[in-house]
Amino acid sequence: MTVINEDAGVASAGQGSEGVETPFQRFVSDFTESKIAVVSAFVVLAIVFIAVFAPLIAPTDPYDLSIVTVADKTMAPGAVMQSGQIAHMGTDGSGRDLLSGMIYGLRISLGIGIGSAVVALAIGVVVGLIAAYAGGRVDSVIMRLVDMQLSFPAILIALVLLVTLGKGVDKTLFALIVVQWAYYARTVRGSALVERRKEYIESAQCLALSKARILYRHLFPNVLAPLIVVGTMQTAHAIALEATLSFLGIGMEQTEPSLGSLISNGFQYIHSGHYWISIFPGLALLFTIVSINLVGDRLRDVLNPRLAK
Amino acid sequence: MTVFIIRRLMQAAVVVFFMSFLVFSGVFVIGDPVDILISDEADEEDRERAIAALGLDKPFHIQYLRFLGKALQGDLGESFIFEEPALLLILERMPATMELALFALLLAVVLGIPLGMWAGLKPDSVAAKSIMTGSILGFSLPTFWVGIMMMMLFAVMLGWLPSTGRGETSEIFGLEVSFTSWDGIRHLLMPAINLSLFKLALVIRLSRAGTKEVIHQDYIKFARAKGVSRNRIILVHVLKNIMIPVVTVIGLEFGGLVAFSIVTETVFAWPGMGKLLIDSIGLLDRPVIVAYLTIIVFLFVIINLVVDILYSILDPRVRLQEMKA
Repeated sequence: MTVINEDAGVASAGQGSEGVETPFQRFVSDFTESKIAVVSAFVVLAIVFIAVFAPLIAPTDPYDLSIVTVADKTMAPGAVMQSGQIAHMGTDGSGRDLLSGMIYGLRISLGIGIGSAVVALAIGVVVGLIAAYAGGRVDSVIMRLVDMQLSFPAILIALVLLVTLGKGVDKTLFALIVVQWAYYARTVRGSALVERRKEYIESAQCLALSKARILYRHLFPNVLAPLIVVGTMQTAHAIALEATLSFLGIGMEQTEPSLGSLISNGFQYIHSGHYWISIFPGLALLFTIVSINLVGDRLRDVLNPRLAK
Repeated sequence: MTVFIIRRLMQAAVVVFFMSFLVFSGVFVIGDPVDILISDEADEEDRERAIAALGLDKPFHIQYLRFLGKALQGDLGESFIFEEPALLLILERMPATMELALFALLLAVVLGIPLGMWAGLKPDSVAAKSIMTGSILGFSLPTFWVGIMMMMLFAVMLGWLPSTGRGETSEIFGLEVSFTSWDGIRHLLMPAINLSLFKLALVIRLSRAGTKEVIHQDYIKFARAKGVSRNRIILVHVLKNIMIPVVTVIGLEFGGLVAFSIVTETVFAWPGMGKLLIDSIGLLDRPVIVAYLTIIVFLFVIINLVVDILYSILDPRVRLQEMKA
């Protein structure tokens, strides 16, 4: 797409005239060029749908202690439970229907992954914009902190925090936010520094607009593209990290199992031939992480101005 | 230069101090080891004697200062469970972890560079595309998940490799190593591959990017024009030039391997430091947890410090920028 065409696209966004693509339409048509990306996007949507409507979709309620019985434990996929329900994916070590457990687990995994990514993004954006716009001492202090944190692997920081704080939903969420904010701060600062020198910011300053207004109405929308890409990738990363921490037994409590805790439970049974207890939640985790990553990969290609045709 | 190093050293000391405080205060707050260590039948007097013996009756800041004072002398406390110095326990387990991490690093380099070069030399071939898809998977799949799958396939279903533990070990220069015997290698293979996958993906990407860049350089064209054989161009001219970024990143990533070995060691019950940490968390063995975290933070600070100093020697711009700030 040539420069002239792009300008036309931006201009027509306001008028909505036919025949010329709006930026959003162009984005959609670029994105759908890759079939794998479209399939992945549908998988992500399906996963989110399942997670949101978990209580309606799951055949049984895995938290309902009145129907969960030890007599049902480690039944193979397709067996009939005491309640008369068919366990399509078998049951786990304490007699819960595995499929229902996975649907609820997906809800927790996705909730923590997306929740922590959103909060970390908000913190990162504020800190990154301040660093880029203030410059000088403020910038160097903030960036030194960011560099220092990024010099440690994420898993190590999460580990230190969870060992000291103990397990649970809130603590895992907190640890994942602490781990992630620095990535966003660095991304935002990087692109904000480039944007800051452009003319529209200069003219906004000449109009004597307030600093806050320039930051959030002018600078922020223009650094959004790389943020969306980093946000998608980080969400997948957060889900994987939460699963890892739960597998190590320092993430979620066993009373609120995420996909990682389910895999961890099933791990005890793999030598006794009850493969399904860890395989099925593992596959659910795999689909979730890989599809989000593939969508993120495509977003990076589409939103990167350097690669624009 | 001296100013730069002193400044970095001070920064490192602050990080270590801060982390040790965070870890110690956090660990102090969770759980009460008294309940676990002393049997229910013990009477009040026995309980108190045990608490005093472990130093748990002192106020928090005294316990911390005592810990700090001893830590500076290399004494990180005594394990509640094993009744051995925590530092000694961890150092005993360190060779196993280091062996695993080094072996994983070796695999990542030995497999990653040729695969990455292949993908860079023939970017449109089917092989190159499968290599790159594989590297995306290596990046995105959680280590523990791949570990479980490998164990399921190669140990439980096919029965080719032992699923857990470390094999026969022998002593070389006073260190326990397991790569000297076939049994040891069989035990080492699966955990090492599992740990290396992430770094393997990284090395593949780096070598591919490097190769793609280098083959368009004039000196490669010149070598070709001069009539140098294709193999020699690839093995000498290309390989030498892509080694610089690869070696840098490998050095930086070694710490990451040690950190991630916690996961691999837990999956394969490899008797290293990481497994000791996870076991100690389960048993609420406070001194060992604090000692492990202090040591690993210290290890990381040292690695980062060395890398920073090396960089500043190699690239004077880094040093000058630091002086101004």
